[in-house]
Amino acid sequence: MKQKFDINRFKDNMFKYFGLACTLFGLAVLSIFLINILIEGLGRLNWQFFSSLPSRMPEKSGILICLLGSIWIMVLTAIIAVPLGVASGIFLEEYGKKNKIASFIEINISNLAGVPSIIYGLLALEIFVRILGLGKSLLAGSLTLSLLILPIIIVSTREAIKAVPKSIREASYALGGTKWQTIRFQVLPAASGGLLTGVILAISRAVGESAPLIVIGALLYITTIPTSPMDDFAVMPIQIFNWLSRPQKGFIENATAAIIVLLLITFIMNGLAIYLRNRWQKKIKW
Amino acid sequence: MAKLDAEKVNVYYGDHHIIKDVNLSIQENTVTAFIGPSGCGKSTFLRLLNRMNDYIENFKKTGDILIDGGDIYDKKVRVEDLRKRVGMVFQKPNPFPKSIYENVVYGLRIQGIKDKSKLDAVVENSLKKVALWGEVKDKLQQSALALSGGQQQRLCIARTLAVEPTIILMDEPASALDPISSAKIEDLISELKENFTIIIVTHNMQQASRVSDKTAFFYLGELVEFGDTDQIFTKPVKELTQNYITGRFG
Amino acid sequence: MRNKKEKIIETILMLCAAVSVLTTIGILWVLLSESSSFFSKVSLKDFLTDTEWTPLFAEKHFGILPLIAGTMLTTFIAIVIALPTGLSIAIYLNEYAPKKFRKVVKPLLEVLAAIPTVVYGYFALMVVTPFLQKFIPDMAGFNALSPGIVMGIMIIPIISSLSEDALYSVPKALREASYGMGATRLQTAFKVLVPAATSGITVSIILAISRAIGETMIVAIAAGQQPRLTLNPLVPIETITTYIVQVSLGDVVQGSLEYQTIFAAGIALFALTFVLNNISYFIKKKFQEKYE
Ligand SMILES: Nc1ncnc2c1ncn2[C@@H]1O[C@H](COP(=O)(O)OP(=O)(O)O)[C@@H](O)[C@H]1O
Ligand SMILES: [Mg+2]
Repeated sequence: MKQKFDINRFKDNMFKYFGLACTLFGLAVLSIFLINILIEGLGRLNWQFFSSLPSRMPEKSGILICLLGSIWIMVLTAIIAVPLGVASGIFLEEYGKKNKIASFIEINISNLAGVPSIIYGLLALEIFVRILGLGKSLLAGSLTLSLLILPIIIVSTREAIKAVPKSIREASYALGGTKWQTIRFQVLPAASGGLLTGVILAISRAVGESAPLIVIGALLYITTIPTSPMDDFAVMPIQIFNWLSRPQKGFIENATAAIIVLLLITFIMNGLAIYLRNRWQKKIKW
Repeated sequence: MAKLDAEKVNVYYGDHHIIKDVNLSIQENTVTAFIGPSGCGKSTFLRLLNRMNDYIENFKKTGDILIDGGDIYDKKVRVEDLRKRVGMVFQKPNPFPKSIYENVVYGLRIQGIKDKSKLDAVVENSLKKVALWGEVKDKLQQSALALSGGQQQRLCIARTLAVEPTIILMDEPASALDPISSAKIEDLISELKENFTIIIVTHNMQQASRVSDKTAFFYLGELVEFGDTDQIFTKPVKELTQNYITGRFG
Repeated sequence: MRNKKEKIIETILMLCAAVSVLTTIGILWVLLSESSSFFSKVSLKDFLTDTEWTPLFAEKHFGILPLIAGTMLTTFIAIVIALPTGLSIAIYLNEYAPKKFRKVVKPLLEVLAAIPTVVYGYFALMVVTPFLQKFIPDMAGFNALSPGIVMGIMIIPIISSLSEDALYSVPKALREASYGMGATRLQTAFKVLVPAATSGITVSIILAISRAIGETMIVAIAAGQQPRLTLNPLVPIETITTYIVQVSLGDVVQGSLEYQTIFAAGIALFALTFVLNNISYFIKKKFQEKYE
């Protein structure tokens, strides 16, 4: 019996180190990847790289067009998806609690959240590109990505609203506020931190996404800077994909340099989101 | 020799000084009640005795706690072995979401005991001791969560008895129960006293006076007074104790 | 007046929420209508049983099995990596790690899931494959193994974070009951916490599988474009998602049979993930009811 306990204790300790090793494995892989990228790509990051159009020669190529394309996409997607997503979230959380329509919509959203991104590409190819005739434009791309990130925004809106204490609502009702006034002037401001976090994470997801855009045909060799939502476009991840599929070493180096820029954008957005979340969580613990 | 000895025990959670210089000695096969206003450190002190506070961050203890003369915080002591000797019953019944049978044999299973006839015997024995056998013997494989609150708490006590501890710690074991279930637990405690040393935290003064031989009154982390239950409830030495048991605060 | 305004607002909000329903309908409609033209030319039997997929060649075969095999192979490799690692991390962070460590490490690991997948594609192709080729010399430059591994790393945080949340929500009283009986942390984790958190952990695993099945860029970059009915992880294969990318990159004529194949492939992909998502949704619902 004593012996048995030795074994259990031994197992307990072994698992402790194994679990730690797994955790560190995740972090180590992350660091190795990042270091590798920096070593390979940092040297290529100069002004020429940021300010040049794509070219047949790797050393003359740059990311100007796809960086601007990504910024366009980011803004347009936010404009389309944020109001839609927040409104849906409010409806589901505040109005639709009990009825059948709401629970149907809810199953729907949970399903959409799990649909592979490339399927959204197929949807967009048919609806936006062909039927609505938007072509391979920035608008078509942003609409596609908006649908893709809509479930993320809706879910985080609901979570943020859920975290607002009941007392705030009741105070507003007691003063004669209508439902919408209460939501508009009390609930939403109180939920803004959580809302913002969700929105930033969703947009960051959209910026890194490429599969659905490839399907709608956004892998163009573009040499003009997009100036309106109806223009053709390229985005960072697609440019990276394009460069990765070329055999010349110079293009691979370009790809790594572009990856650094893309990761920087992603990390800044995620860092901001985590920071906002922490600050907000502290605040709502009255 | 005392069954349990606390010598100059202090507990800190971070900067908070929770238990202050407590000395206490408990004899074998007695029931000791810890009373005192909420937040005074009764649970914290009780959980020191089976080292349940070990995993709490910022927890720090000074002083010694001896059981059967041995320091339970000694490096050589395995906390798992200690908890086998010092069982614990919690405030809210907390059966595992498993069958009644599996709940009772949990402690034996984790020791690697597989012998079915032995396990069966322990189940019957333990459930009989808590007067639950008659009620559940035909549904041992059913979920423990289907039992009533009072039955669940008796099951939790049976589960503790199955491991054959010598000391049983109870943290307000009847406070979440209805009066009838609560009375059953009190009866049970009086019976168990024959074979076990029992320490019970309670906020119910009548309960303390009914079930315990000794009473310890805690206030703001200090052990204000400790003595025979009769004496504490009829002629306490300290004014603070007097005020508390007559309900002037707390 | 005031009431009317409230009603209008509610209606507007509901219409916004209805966009999600429209999206689902749109997806179903597009996939079904395009692939119905496909299935009018290719029999469902051929689609499901033919062992070759060569729509872009002169001699055309339309058996989805090779693509499904490729998808399953990479997904399987990913899960073999992610499940033990993710679950161990969850248990470690929940049971063993100091609070501060957990608070820092959990969001750091979640960074893994936030990295754009095209970046993982680069790692699979340029870092992991060359590294593995040192040990497995006859491994092809495009293969299922290295994108599978990289995909596994990517989905570790899905399993570790969601499982940790599930473990965290197991009532503290159960944990203490187990400790109180003399159980070690490991015994407590596997005999009490994991069983009590089964539904949450299952949901995390299903989500991870679903994510791996639908993952596109990693496999498109590093797994190759050769539909092949094989379990060999060392040779080039093609997944459903890669095939869709491959066709999208070429100049296939709209309305042609080749064009319609991507919708047929899309339906297979959608069906796979749809089933998984719904299983996880219903587990989640049931689980919520139990604890609320
Ligand atoms: N894990 C903990 N961390 C910090 N402080 C704690 C912790 N647990 C209890 N305390 C504090 O210790 C004091 C004593 O608590 P406790 O022993 O539970 O009191 P009682 O059981 O007598 O009501 C209280 O002030 C409580 O706030
Ligand atoms: Mg207490």
